[in-house]
Amino acid sequence: MDAPVTRSTASLIPSPEGAGRPNYTLRQKTSDSGEIAGDLLEVSMGPQHPSTHGVFRMDVVLDGERVVKLKPVFGYLHRNHEKIAEDTTYLGSMPYTDRLDYFCSLTNNWAYALAVEKLAGLQAPERAEYIRVITAELTRLVNHTCLVGFLLQDMGASGTPLMYAFREREKVLDLFESLTGARMMCNYMRFGGCRCDLPPGWLEAARQVVDSYPRFLDEFERLLSENEILIARTQGVGVLPGDLAVNASISGPMLRASGVNYDIRKVDKYGIYDRFPFRVPLGEHGDTYDRYTVRVLEMRESVGILEQALRDIPPGPIMDPKSKIRGFRPKPGEAYGRIEGPKGELGFYLISDGGPNPYRYRVRPPSFINLTILEDMCLGHMVADVVVILGSVDIVLGEVDR
Amino acid sequence: MAETILRCEMIPLDQLKSVLESAVPGAQAEMLRNDAPSAQHSLRIDNEHALAVSKFLRADPRLRLDYCSNVTGIDWPEAVLKEKVKVRAVVAGVEKEVEEVVEKRRPGYLEAVYHLYSMELKHGPVIIRFRTTNRTDQVRLTSLTPVWRGCEFQEREIYDLYGIVFDAHPDLRRILMWDGFQDYPMRKDYVEPDDYEYEPTPHDKVLEKASRHLPRHTIP
Repeated sequence: MDAPVTRSTASLIPSPEGAGRPNYTLRQKTSDSGEIAGDLLEVSMGPQHPSTHGVFRMDVVLDGERVVKLKPVFGYLHRNHEKIAEDTTYLGSMPYTDRLDYFCSLTNNWAYALAVEKLAGLQAPERAEYIRVITAELTRLVNHTCLVGFLLQDMGASGTPLMYAFREREKVLDLFESLTGARMMCNYMRFGGCRCDLPPGWLEAARQVVDSYPRFLDEFERLLSENEILIARTQGVGVLPGDLAVNASISGPMLRASGVNYDIRKVDKYGIYDRFPFRVPLGEHGDTYDRYTVRVLEMRESVGILEQALRDIPPGPIMDPKSKIRGFRPKPGEAYGRIEGPKGELGFYLISDGGPNPYRYRVRPPSFINLTILEDMCLGHMVADVVVILGSVDIVLGEVDR
Repeated sequence: MAETILRCEMIPLDQLKSVLESAVPGAQAEMLRNDAPSAQHSLRIDNEHALAVSKFLRADPRLRLDYCSNVTGIDWPEAVLKEKVKVRAVVAGVEKEVEEVVEKRRPGYLEAVYHLYSMELKHGPVIIRFRTTNRTDQVRLTSLTPVWRGCEFQEREIYDLYGIVFDAHPDLRRILMWDGFQDYPMRKDYVEPDDYEYEPTPHDKVLEKASRHLPRHTIP
């Protein structure tokens, strides 16, 4: 009962020394009978490639245009986030979590706050929980909208879908700015609550954005969902079977596109997610088109959650009175807290030795782990499909490299 | 849409220990308590039976831990732990309970921690840990990538940052640091180099050329 493995057995050629060499290597391909049957081409895609969403590289071995082997190479953005966080106080690394997945700083904040709350036994008051749900779901909207835009951009639809996405993102970022003072690096949550209360008129502004979102989604879907080129480029491309996805620790929309019903909002019911009725969209085939559809459907569910949360949010305090800003020293112990981030399961694992700094601070980055399966999805596809498959994995290099 | 989420009560961890030890002959598990409010206790499992135990954890119908969520390393350098112990002693002729500080030497070791969940039965986490003998020459553990593919990159990361060598890992290379890097940066005794320009850049050659052209700018 071993793990299903579909990796190729071809070995990578050691790259020749010296600068100025071309970014490809040729080597001879032998047929089964041992005769030479053409060449294999090893291409280094990236790190400065517009489709790799940052500084990400893939060593690809090609037979013609078909992928025979693919090894992701990353770490170009590595700054040892975990070590830096172990050298500072618990609160000191809260702003740094924004820089992990810089599209979704508020969900990063929440995951970290949740782990520390588990470690120290804090409980956010009800209003703070509502604010957290609202900001997290807005973040999910932003992330999925932009991901679809980038995916289409990678497919060659240059401009239009991405600009539509950015137009909507701008409205949400304005909300974030008026709430937290920053558009992307929000640094908003605290252990046992949130940093500041909602400014006057914020709920009304948020309601307007949320109310206009379904219309935008309709427009977006009319433009894309039945588009012939999108269907031709994505259906049947990069199929990920459900059992392999579970075994490879895939999480988030990518897992659900493979038909596995696992949403941490439903399973763990962290925060107050048990109060919101919402459905978990599942894919049927596990291909790139399903990953696109699941994200669009998830946005519609998020809109439903937001409508209810904006309606029900109660007045009250936003911080746990037991929470301390200065001299925060949790008792020795450890905790693993996780949330359903827009990209997948975002977890923080903390060990306290009773001091002001965490003894061990670990981020469970969803996009890093979702890359485990990239090679399996790409084998046998064209180079151009690799770009699309990578786009549908939804990586952010700030989080992959940490 | 009626949603029913099956939530099976998992076996408590102290029972799981005895279940494991009876299911996998020879395996030894030790329950490590966690005093934080999270109360996430963990099981330490001996290294020889790592693969058999993890296969059992994945296959057992009561557990079905099919999803290895998080894998991480921890460095525990050699330390002297101070512990308060109550001792009966005779103080000024009267027998009393006195608190005494006892110093205990903890040998250094590296640890790998696995957070397991079940997607099928929707429970978890079960936390299992493995410890190396020391931090220098006996740092080998068994890779669990053959059981859970999701460990592949995370074990590579532990190898890269902590220096635990995973036996039977399909592709154990550095993942975040570059290939020529020597040390293990997440260890507690890691010293950052003064020279951040460590990467083999053409710097020295360029400087040498420059000094040939401009002798007065010779670099010492």
